[in-house]
Amino acid sequence: MADVNAKGVLTAPIFKNNPIALQILGICSALAVTTSMSVSLVMSLAVIFVTSFSNLFVSLIRNHIPSSIRIIVQMTIIASLVIVVDQILKAYAYEMSKQLSVFVGLIITNCIVMGRAEGFAMSNTPGMSFLDGIGNGLGYSFVLMVVGFFRELLGAGSVFGFTVLPTIQNGGWYVPNGLLLLPPSAFFIIGLLIWVLRSVNPEQVEENEFKMKHNTKPKEAV
Amino acid sequence: MAQGNNSIKKVLIVAFSLCIVCSVIVSTAAVALRPAQQLNQELDRKTNILNVARLYEPGMDVEEAFSTQITARVVELETGEYSDQFDPDTYDGFEAARDPATGRTLSGERDIAGFSRVEKFATVYLVGDPENPDQIVLPIRGQGLWGRMMGFLSVEGDGNTIVSITYYDHAETPGLGAEVNNPRWQAQWEGKKIYSEEGDLSPEIHLTKGGASNEYEVDALSGATLTSNGVTNMLQFWLSEEGFAPYLAKFRSGTEPSDAEDTETDFDDVEGA
Repeated sequence: MADVNAKGVLTAPIFKNNPIALQILGICSALAVTTSMSVSLVMSLAVIFVTSFSNLFVSLIRNHIPSSIRIIVQMTIIASLVIVVDQILKAYAYEMSKQLSVFVGLIITNCIVMGRAEGFAMSNTPGMSFLDGIGNGLGYSFVLMVVGFFRELLGAGSVFGFTVLPTIQNGGWYVPNGLLLLPPSAFFIIGLLIWVLRSVNPEQVEENEFKMKHNTKPKEAV
Repeated sequence: MAQGNNSIKKVLIVAFSLCIVCSVIVSTAAVALRPAQQLNQELDRKTNILNVARLYEPGMDVEEAFSTQITARVVELETGEYSDQFDPDTYDGFEAARDPATGRTLSGERDIAGFSRVEKFATVYLVGDPENPDQIVLPIRGQGLWGRMMGFLSVEGDGNTIVSITYYDHAETPGLGAEVNNPRWQAQWEGKKIYSEEGDLSPEIHLTKGGASNEYEVDALSGATLTSNGVTNMLQFWLSEEGFAPYLAKFRSGTEPSDAEDTETDFDDVEGA
């Protein structure tokens, strides 16, 4: 990235260069923690915290990191931050940490964190890196919240735990869609979301790597 | 990158100092936050026990309610008598099952709830007067669809009538198997009977599809057959002779379980060690 200005660094990853929708990073946790919006929100905050501070610390010592061990150095910083987040959640948001269970620990392996540390923080100033971390965290959060909204609304009939569509199990009329509570449904929603984002910003559409040949006429196929 | 960053000396210095700094941060966080975490776990367990005994109301003082209304005792499963070998506040049946001294191996057919080892002693929670409890809260666990389910079952003082059931740790599918914690489903359990005949030690209670027709049947969870089977299996196990049946039999026949040794020990005075 040649032009580094604070506003661009902070806002670009939300729509223009979204880590999940454009870079297709961090999909696994987006599938796992989006069954309800409150869980998605806590996960988002945790990821924003980890990306921003790991970027900050990596950038602070970037001139002293030997290139031969730079990945391990980044990993150590990220892992330490994640453990701290996990401990804090267990102490102050016990219910949440029970629901997030193993996925807080798995932030370590979230490609967004690693990708930003290696791709941005290693070559930019601490302040910018910190903002970039927040920006990418927000981009991740945006997708998580959208996916969480649809999954919770259609799968459980509620938003943030408040009932919007009373479900049959609780004596209402809405038959919840069980598929949306299962991880694969997040694929559909993320796919649709990417479609929407790329329709709004056509420059995000990638060039075809090869051209499809029209070697089968529709009539012959049948 | 600065020159000389890749010299062996520099690599070692960076790696070593980074490790020191990170380990200090991580261990500080772990040590400083441990008391708060343990408090949370304890509170969570107590909340669940109060909940299954239908004593829990949102916003209540859990510690206060627990200490005034509930007494924990350790029971020897085989005999159904109380045991003073362990401190009920710290004894963990799940851990004990793995220890050769306090656990035993279950073989094939008898292992219906899907765990290979079971403890010989279990903690029970008595609601009200410990000599003549209103309710008895029993810990239960077993395999669900995706993993181990841990919960509590509360039984009335007659040792046969169910009050409620709750799971505090499970990994069942949200919206399907996880409906085990739906209050509407839990409410069905109230008044169900465990055993059909006087003196019989094999439980009748089970989940059934298509609506419960008698007092030994509870409506199964729709769309969650395997979770429902898991619930039935763990009840069948824990309420059988392998589990709490000998203990509950004392309440059913009217002879309260006696203390194994020292009857003077008052566990209310024992602070969590």
